[in-house]
Amino acid sequence: MRRIISLLLENESGALSRVIGLFAQRGYNIETLAVAPTDDETLSRLTLTTVATDEQSEQITKQLNKLIEVIKLVDLTEGEYVERELMLIKIRVSGLDQAEIKRTTDIFRGQIVDISPTIYTVQLIGTSKKLDAFINAMAEFTVIEVVRSGVSGLSRGEKVLCV
Amino acid sequence: MLSGADILIRSLQEENVDHVFGYPGGAVLHIYDALFKQNKIHHFLVRHEQAATHMADGYARATGRAGCVLVTSGPGATNAITGIATAYMDSIPMVVISGQVQSHLIGTDSFQETDMIGISRPIVKHSFMIKSATEIPLAVKKAFYIATSGRPGPVVIDIPKDITNPADLVPYEYPKDLKLRSYMPATKGHPGQIKKAVSMMMEAERPMIYAGGGVIQGNGCEQLDQLTRMLGFPITNTLMGLGAYPATDKQFLGMLGMHGTLEANNAMHHCDVLIAIGARFDDRITNTVSKFCPQAKIIHVDVDPASISKTVMADVPIVGPVESVLCEMIDMVRQVIGQRKEEKGKALAAWWEQIELWKSQNCLEVKADPAGSIIKPQQVIQTLYKLTHGDAVVTSDVGQHQMFAALYYPFDKPRKWINSGGLGTMGFGLPSAMGVQIAFPKEQVVCVTGEGSIQMNIQELSTCAQYGLPIKIINLNNRALGMVKQWQDMQYEGRHSHSYMESLPNFVALVEAYGHVGIQVASPGELDSAMEQALAIKDKLVFLDVLVDPEEHVYPMLVAPDGSMRDMWLSKGVRT
Repeated sequence: MRRIISLLLENESGALSRVIGLFAQRGYNIETLAVAPTDDETLSRLTLTTVATDEQSEQITKQLNKLIEVIKLVDLTEGEYVERELMLIKIRVSGLDQAEIKRTTDIFRGQIVDISPTIYTVQLIGTSKKLDAFINAMAEFTVIEVVRSGVSGLSRGEKVLCV
Repeated sequence: MLSGADILIRSLQEENVDHVFGYPGGAVLHIYDALFKQNKIHHFLVRHEQAATHMADGYARATGRAGCVLVTSGPGATNAITGIATAYMDSIPMVVISGQVQSHLIGTDSFQETDMIGISRPIVKHSFMIKSATEIPLAVKKAFYIATSGRPGPVVIDIPKDITNPADLVPYEYPKDLKLRSYMPATKGHPGQIKKAVSMMMEAERPMIYAGGGVIQGNGCEQLDQLTRMLGFPITNTLMGLGAYPATDKQFLGMLGMHGTLEANNAMHHCDVLIAIGARFDDRITNTVSKFCPQAKIIHVDVDPASISKTVMADVPIVGPVESVLCEMIDMVRQVIGQRKEEKGKALAAWWEQIELWKSQNCLEVKADPAGSIIKPQQVIQTLYKLTHGDAVVTSDVGQHQMFAALYYPFDKPRKWINSGGLGTMGFGLPSAMGVQIAFPKEQVVCVTGEGSIQMNIQELSTCAQYGLPIKIINLNNRALGMVKQWQDMQYEGRHSHSYMESLPNFVALVEAYGHVGIQVASPGELDSAMEQALAIKDKLVFLDVLVDPEEHVYPMLVAPDGSMRDMWLSKGVRT
């Protein structure tokens, strides 16, 4: 099952490498990873997605919790949550395709953020599934570059991850 | 105002460090100079940095205090890695200070540069990279706190050379208190869970207590003893837990696991309630996990939540320090033990009858050579036990001799048996014995080793000479890498691929060259007197080279693969 694990960690050098290293060392997979400081500059918020059974997920969260720099963490997929990912995608366009790409981008509520005579760059924000769907919808065109931010997420409602 | 080097030494003094094990080099010369100018901390110069970490490790295991290591950058740091990994696997508190190249040279592949923080990351509990001298006091304070609290472990502090420069002075103050928002080890078990565990104990008909090294590390041996006697349950100790419960007590079934006793392994397999305390269900214990304790409800007490339900699901997990959890259990058991149902008492008596039957098979019986010409390795350990009255601190290396020592030297007290259980590090025995002897100069310290293991750190005989450490080394010399050979006998149709030690040194001449005493014995009739002679020499290191039967195997041995804990080889070709 896909898991979204969100961590608060000390914003110190080496903290990120411990998290990544733990996954490599114990044979867990990281599918996506997003990390940046929060409104409190001493804290980093890290969100990663992985595929794990319940038992594996329990071990992963316990092992992450053991890292000295990890302050708190939550497996968002254990409750209700909001997830978002940002994608920039470059598509080669010819005259006839332009309208179709514009229309599809509108349907997905994306924006064309850069154009050149032969290339459109589309920005799209949504769940990972939505981004996948957009890529599929572009299958008939020539996609030349895709960059995704990795998933970020929050629990819905009152539940918060804070110090 | 002090230099970074002086600040480091002062900080170590604040942590009551009185012994440091290390080896100097370019990146730590400022620190060594600061060390020279004081006399509170005694430094022991090893011959290889691996030995420094094992010495600190042995010191820590024997005293319960963190061992402290000082090494230089590059090869000094990488040589320390095996010892750090050994401590990590066995949860031993240790603080390793490594020098680093000057800050401005980091990342340039400069002379003796290595990324110590990166290399050590998977085998430390935590590590610190120092960026300014003012950071040193807090880093040292945190390092010792982290190393010794919760589930203990090694901590590395990496210090670039420029930060210890005696010409750069900064203000010094040692922090009084420490609070880490991201590290708060459990201080108490959950009362509801403990209550649940106690009522499960009261309902048990075939209970078994399985206690590991965590009981020793967590200073819970007295409480374990009290609880076990109150309950009247059988108990086993892991290799790491030997001494946690008195081995000569009638409730003790011996060690369990791969080379555990018939009674311990059988009692594990057939129990209905398993009480695991400070143990981690290692693969050398469980054998095939899916066949492990098929009828048991499992109570698991450990200070490390990640150890619980890692390989075997616990029915009643209790996260907390062993000592405090056991105290609470004792209080609760005291209140309810009188109300234990009569039929449960009868079932327990029947369980003991069954256990006595297993015990009566006497799985550790040693058959002496009928011709009286070859010494059996087990006899050496039995003789050692007899002559030291079970009072020695015994360290071991890794292999057959380690298992013989674990099985044939019953430890009645904790911190008397010191071995590398998790990592299985050959070369651990001698330097760890040195660490113990330094911590306790008056104790009888014996290193049980083999001719393979001893050669992995034999250069430390020189360190022993320098500091006059009167260790007794018992070398079970079978002219082969015994445990490797045993597996090759059992699983590779006796093809002894590279498990023989050809061109062994003349150990007696070798140790004498270092200034020690060497004695060789080959005949069973002379074993007692040779060992008496060795132990009688109080002021010198004695190396007793015992030529033992090269064909001997360690039994019992769990049947693998796919075996359960009741499936054991009991002798060559004989299994349960």
